[in-house]
Amino acid sequence: MTIKLNGDPFTLDGPATISTLLAHLDIDSRRVAVEHNFIIVKRDQYAATKIAEGDEIEIVNFVGGGGDSVAAASKRRWRIGDQEEP
Amino acid sequence: MADEFRIAGRVFRSRLIIGTGKYPTIQTMRAAHEASGADMVTVAVRRVNLTDRTKESLLDYIDTSKFFILPNTAACYTADDAVRTARLGREVGLSNWVKLEVIGDEKTLFPDNEALLEATRVLVKEGFVVLPYTSDDPVICRKLEDAGAAAVMPLGAPIGSGLGIQNPNNIRIIKEQARVPVIVDAGVGTASDATVAMELGADGVLMNTAIALASDPIAMARAMKLAVEAGRLAFHAGRIPRKSYASASSPLEGVIGARA
Repeated sequence: MTIKLNGDPFTLDGPATISTLLAHLDIDSRRVAVEHNFIIVKRDQYAATKIAEGDEIEIVNFVGGGGDSVAAASKRRWRIGDQEEP
Repeated sequence: MADEFRIAGRVFRSRLIIGTGKYPTIQTMRAAHEASGADMVTVAVRRVNLTDRTKESLLDYIDTSKFFILPNTAACYTADDAVRTARLGREVGLSNWVKLEVIGDEKTLFPDNEALLEATRVLVKEGFVVLPYTSDDPVICRKLEDAGAAAVMPLGAPIGSGLGIQNPNNIRIIKEQARVPVIVDAGVGTASDATVAMELGADGVLMNTAIALASDPIAMARAMKLAVEAGRLAFHAGRIPRKSYASASSPLEGVIGARA
């Protein structure tokens, strides 16, 4: 199935939950926050939250930052909800 | 407790708050944090880099038992984005504090105060401790305070500009009327700028670029630590007034060669 992950299309081979997706991506669940179709998923719900075709998922973490630490060119892609530049 | 720096009931030993962005290396960042004596650092909330999984996690380099993490909503241009980012920042799990930024202009990075006020109200209602980055305008600072902000953070000058405190009189007025801590955030370029902010009565100073992009960030971090301390001491020491003309320091009588 195809979903949108951090703004880009992403293909999953079979059924998945937030937990299995994070494991597949080798992401430590304690270092991130996850949005599933614009709703924040609590960490204790990762295993119970199933992912469906067309779902939009955002996985964010903390990065170095002050006011304008992200270069203009990449800015549009790294903020949650950003779309590909035309 | 003598001269405590307290925000939302939490006491901080240092009046200097620093960022984590723009450092040449993560090791330099870590050493600069150490040298600064800060006990709160700001971090940005961004999408995980899925294509480059080798990238180290910022949290691996910040000892959260020593540094309090303050997530920010950097590069958010709408209240909705800022609120969404703040919620995600809280969800990472380290605190319900947020340095709230809603940017109104790409070139100056000046805040969109209307959207900032809206976002502050929403987040305060949701139980966040909100520290808004705002203009050096006493009116907006009062409104943010009334909206429940735990501190107000007027800028000294544009983010990363290094121009120092552009409107010292406004900062002084803001501090005079505020009932929450006033933290000068943005525009500091060198140590004296931080000292000026503290001499005006600011409770703290927040900076990132001044340290991260200095030729020697670790030395600058140390300078800033001393600058903030010096400024606070001077503020409490009660400075002399400014005068147009000289006021002699030595006695006028007994000068050799003087006529009667």
